[in-house]
Amino acid sequence: MEEVRLHYDVNAYDFTCAGEASGKLKRSLKNLGFNSAVIRNVAIAVYEAEINMVIHAEGGVIDAIITPDCITVILADHGPGIPDIELAMKEGYSTAPENVRALGFGAGMGLPNIKKYTDEMNIDTVIGVGTTITLKVYNK
Amino acid sequence: MDIKTLKEKLNLKLLCGDDLDRTITGCYCGDLLSWVMSRAQENDVWLTVMGNINSVGVAVLADVACIVLTENAALDADALQRAEQNGVVILQTDKNTYQMAAAISQLI
Ligand SMILES: Nc1ncnc2c1ncn2[C@@H]1O[C@H](COP(=O)(O)OP(=O)(O)OP(=O)(O)O)[C@@H](O)[C@H]1O
Ligand SMILES: [Mg+2]
Repeated sequence: MEEVRLHYDVNAYDFTCAGEASGKLKRSLKNLGFNSAVIRNVAIAVYEAEINMVIHAEGGVIDAIITPDCITVILADHGPGIPDIELAMKEGYSTAPENVRALGFGAGMGLPNIKKYTDEMNIDTVIGVGTTITLKVYNK
Repeated sequence: MDIKTLKEKLNLKLLCGDDLDRTITGCYCGDLLSWVMSRAQENDVWLTVMGNINSVGVAVLADVACIVLTENAALDADALQRAEQNGVVILQTDKNTYQMAAAISQLI
């Protein structure tokens, strides 16, 4: 397998996207023959980051770089940025508004889930400019 | 046990999906999507009152066997459409989540 690059656009404030990009990425990984544990880890992490871009930022773009050894996903938005990353990473911390909580979001488990299901996670955020999350899952 | 047996034994109403031969190996209860996403296991029955399109997204990504909407929780029209596109089996019961989980634990 050569390196495969995939790109997805995530719409702003579209709560009905329901993880469409992560679903597509999951199908692509299946077609490329990755094992189900690796696919699940990527799917969960990318889903959480994708939903965060919809809820907390104004949408964004997702780029996946897939090699036989490693799946790297970069999720970039132009939202408000994250003022305190350490706090945001805490289980249970959430600033999700009430209308979004009614849909089942806002447990404050998204970022901790990304950490848990990836081998590497990096958050690059600038207040008023945006947030870029880079995650890596190794093919084991 | 497969979904068909679960449906018959517990008198569940089928709202969508046709892969009823899929095997069920466990059960997870919850309505907060990020919890379900990381804790539900592949081939679990997922008991919830969340019948919106995001539940369908979680079901697909977490690879649960099926969703059972408890307390007759409604399935939104766009959720039904997404579930049909993705082949997600969704069932419904008038029982609450506790009653359903207790009944399922007798079966698996
Ligand atoms: N892309 C982002 N842009 C700005 N803020 C963000 C972004 N992602 C996360 N945050 C902030 O970090 C907090 C924690 O995020 P996390 O995903 O863990 O929880 P949540 O999205 O609030 O709830 P859940 O993911 O459980 O539904 C958010 O409430 C929000 O304040
Ligand atoms: Mg989140």
